[in-house]
Amino acid sequence: MKEQILDILEGIHPEIDYETEESLITDGLLDSFAIVSIINALNEEFGIEVTIGELRPENLNSVDNMVALVERLMD
Amino acid sequence: MYNLLEYLEQTAGRFPDKTAFEDVNGAVTYGQLMQRAKAAGTAIAAVTPPGKAVAVCMEKSVDAVTAFMAALYAGCFYCFVDPKQPAARNIAMLQPVEPAVVLYNDSGKKAAGFLEMNALDISQLVETEPDEAVLAVIRRRHIDLDPAYCSFTSGSTGTPKGVLVSHRSVIDFIDVFVPLFGISDADVLACQSPFDFDVSVKDIYSCLKTGASCFLIPKYYFVFLPNLLEMMTEKKVTTLIWAVSALCMLSERDALEFQTPPCINKILFSGEVMPPSHLLTWKRYYPQAKFVNLYGPTEITCNCTYHILPQDYSGGEIPMGLPFPNERVFLLRDDGTEVTDPGEAGEICVAGTAVALGYCGLPERTEEAFVNDPLTTLWNSRIYKTGDMARYGDDGLMYYSGRRDHQIKRHGRRVELAEIDRALHSIDGVARACTVYIKESQTLVAFLSGNEPERKVFAKTLAKLLPDYMMPDENIWQESLPLNAHGKIDRSALTKSYLEGKENG
Repeated sequence: MKEQILDILEGIHPEIDYETEESLITDGLLDSFAIVSIINALNEEFGIEVTIGELRPENLNSVDNMVALVERLMD
Repeated sequence: MYNLLEYLEQTAGRFPDKTAFEDVNGAVTYGQLMQRAKAAGTAIAAVTPPGKAVAVCMEKSVDAVTAFMAALYAGCFYCFVDPKQPAARNIAMLQPVEPAVVLYNDSGKKAAGFLEMNALDISQLVETEPDEAVLAVIRRRHIDLDPAYCSFTSGSTGTPKGVLVSHRSVIDFIDVFVPLFGISDADVLACQSPFDFDVSVKDIYSCLKTGASCFLIPKYYFVFLPNLLEMMTEKKVTTLIWAVSALCMLSERDALEFQTPPCINKILFSGEVMPPSHLLTWKRYYPQAKFVNLYGPTEITCNCTYHILPQDYSGGEIPMGLPFPNERVFLLRDDGTEVTDPGEAGEICVAGTAVALGYCGLPERTEEAFVNDPLTTLWNSRIYKTGDMARYGDDGLMYYSGRRDHQIKRHGRRVELAEIDRALHSIDGVARACTVYIKESQTLVAFLSGNEPERKVFAKTLAKLLPDYMMPDENIWQESLPLNAHGKIDRSALTKSYLEGKENG
């Protein structure tokens, strides 16, 4: 799953080192257009629906956090 | 009244301890804002004469508003520079404006450094001892036609152009805007607009004039909607002056179902045509609120037409409405004659005090767009030709009908396709490039020929040249690009072949 998410992320902003970044949102590396694209791609790729209540910066700050979010929503 | 600072000074006199502006890091009262602006203004005046540009490079914040007011105290005009935008673009757009100095805070320190000019830290400037005598001399020299700010907008030659707006234009607009929609000191505004976007002018000066409070929403709140909604509830926000695209971000996900901030009673929107279904979603949650459609480009100071939606609006095309008082908005045919009958489309032209001074440092571009009114032959009457088309309905109101050129709206921002093309052409390997906008899917598609660079390198290079909202959604490499009879790249053929390709899967 992590590989799939990394693929999505690199399609959107290939210049960011997603493996090591842990504050993608709070450091402003991803702007709102990029974040919306990521959420849409996650919804599509994994057949999930990121609900409004899950739209918190801490859920998307790193690849690992995104993996945790997707796993939670797939359950 | 001749100077925008009079709004601040009068309100600071009435409500010295009331919150003026607040961001995620803290708030400033009207009294503090005036005192700090005078202090920093004194410091700026020591390094630059009046009439010069002062660049403000920092995140949208209380500091930025302080820097704007400080620039005005120094008799200068401010131009906001987004530290997140590519440095090369920031440098290119500032070049004709010749700023004397750039103000920054921690959020803009690095980006300000790239601009290669005298950079001053606003947090230090506000510690200066205000010199009332110096400020008084500057004020006596001031006239209301002096510029107040320069706001950048995408340019068809490839470089953004700075729209220069005078104190007089803003005063003229705000003095009708505030009473028309009933904004008062009882209001709390939630400022959605980035500061390099002139929607924010309405938030800032509506507050300064009335004593309302304003919360400056950070951009990421529009993704993290729970934070946004909780803030609007907690701050008792009453008034939204937002881009259509921002309102749609909430209605699209039915975010108001998650939480409905209880005090909202005025919702004003502009930037794009509001889809009726989204407006109806908002109306469902706020049946008693006042909804207003606003239209107008930066060049005529925020907006020139408005339409207050009737309480019983239940769908259908939303009119641009009627001109604001003291603005004449009319439709011209290509031959310079006026359209007056319903149904026929003409170019929207605007006359009045609200028309901007021009494009800063770009006399040729100014002459193209700010012209003499062809209907007024006995004297000089300067008008702005918007490039937007509209028609009259049978109800006498104006209705928007699209662009006459290659400018598009994306996330509420004006984007010239030529600016994207120029950036693409500057990348190694690109021989020809042409960007088209696919209306159906609202996507930007770039067609390219030449030697295709590695995908990562290409994306990285382009990200250094263009802001995110201008990045193509798709890049399609071809052997060659089709040409039309004039030997130019044929945009319509590219669009057609793209749509056909999509249809055939």
